[in-house]
Amino acid sequence: MAALVKMPQRARAGEVIEISVMAAHPMETGFKPGPDGRLIPRNIIHTFTCNDAGVEVFRVDLSPAITADPYLAFTMVATRSGMLEFSWTDDRGEVIVEQRQLIVE
Amino acid sequence: MKPDTAAPDWLGRAYRAIQSSGLCAVTGMLALTTLTAQAVEPLRSGFDTMSEPIQAMQRDDDANPGMLSVLQGRTIWSREPAPARPSCAACHGELQTSMRGVAARYPRWDEGGQRPIDLSGRIKACQERHQQIAASGSESPQRLALTAAVAQASRGMPLSPDPDPRLAPPQARGQALFTRRIGQLDLSCAHCHDAAWGQRLGGSLIPQGHPNGYPLYRLQWQALGSLQRRLRNCLTGVRAQPWPADAPEYVEIELYLVSRAAGLVVETPAVRP
Repeated sequence: MAALVKMPQRARAGEVIEISVMAAHPMETGFKPGPDGRLIPRNIIHTFTCNDAGVEVFRVDLSPAITADPYLAFTMVATRSGMLEFSWTDDRGEVIVEQRQLIVE
Repeated sequence: MKPDTAAPDWLGRAYRAIQSSGLCAVTGMLALTTLTAQAVEPLRSGFDTMSEPIQAMQRDDDANPGMLSVLQGRTIWSREPAPARPSCAACHGELQTSMRGVAARYPRWDEGGQRPIDLSGRIKACQERHQQIAASGSESPQRLALTAAVAQASRGMPLSPDPDPRLAPPQARGQALFTRRIGQLDLSCAHCHDAAWGQRLGGSLIPQGHPNGYPLYRLQWQALGSLQRRLRNCLTGVRAQPWPADAPEYVEIELYLVSRAAGLVVETPAVRP
């Protein structure tokens, strides 16, 4: 699984930065029949979180009828330098994790 | 001329479909003439006719959803497909340097199969011959991802068709397919993509139909897809029977499309509405 993260590498203290993320995921709703005519079991990313050095700064509960490869954009206030950790968890329990360094000056 | 709304025959429906699609201005002319293929002037990639937000999405590697597949393809490139089998990288080396320019020269002549072969077909042949694995299907996410990663290494390079003379007969067959009327709507590729590009079909702009961004991410598909898949879309669009998967017609028409688009740069992974 792959994910894209777009964010500035550097920010001033107190600056509001925008982060946009996209993860590769089929987001199967559970209502779609497969080639054999049977319903494909539901498998969606149900939770996305962004942690700043262990502190949760952003969280989304996703639902069915959200596009494949879901794209999310959010803002946060840059307060200190550190490693941001992004994680996506799906119905099968698979977790995609990406990390990015943020330098606050 | 108005269609008879009381007659619910397929001809009336087809007429109204064409009329509502904005093609009505040209259908009168097209009904009388058989188009011969001609060079489209000036060459315009589908990129040039997209809206600004979708162009921005394609330009930005952090926002381009096709890059998700390219990242997956790079992983497949450097991973052993099975224990004690060579990875792509073990023979070819680093992806970005060894595959630079390769996608711009395809389709090429396959010595082993004595037929023209496209980039995805070459990857399949290589996997079966050298990695000795059963290659995944041509529309599988794995094959599309690897093809996209290889083609992405040629991004920005102009399409330069292979001058191999053995490719001339299949290319001529591709050109014949491009100009032949097919399907219940009785249209050829040339009727839209040579004669009516820039006009509208429903809400969508008719592009010139160039193959310079494949495999590409279509927002409508919510996935990366191949040129074959796009051609099947057009075939069913004119209500023709699509050719079966991996039929030789696809490579023949790709040969013609590449010769027609020579000079446009590789955009893989492109984004299209």
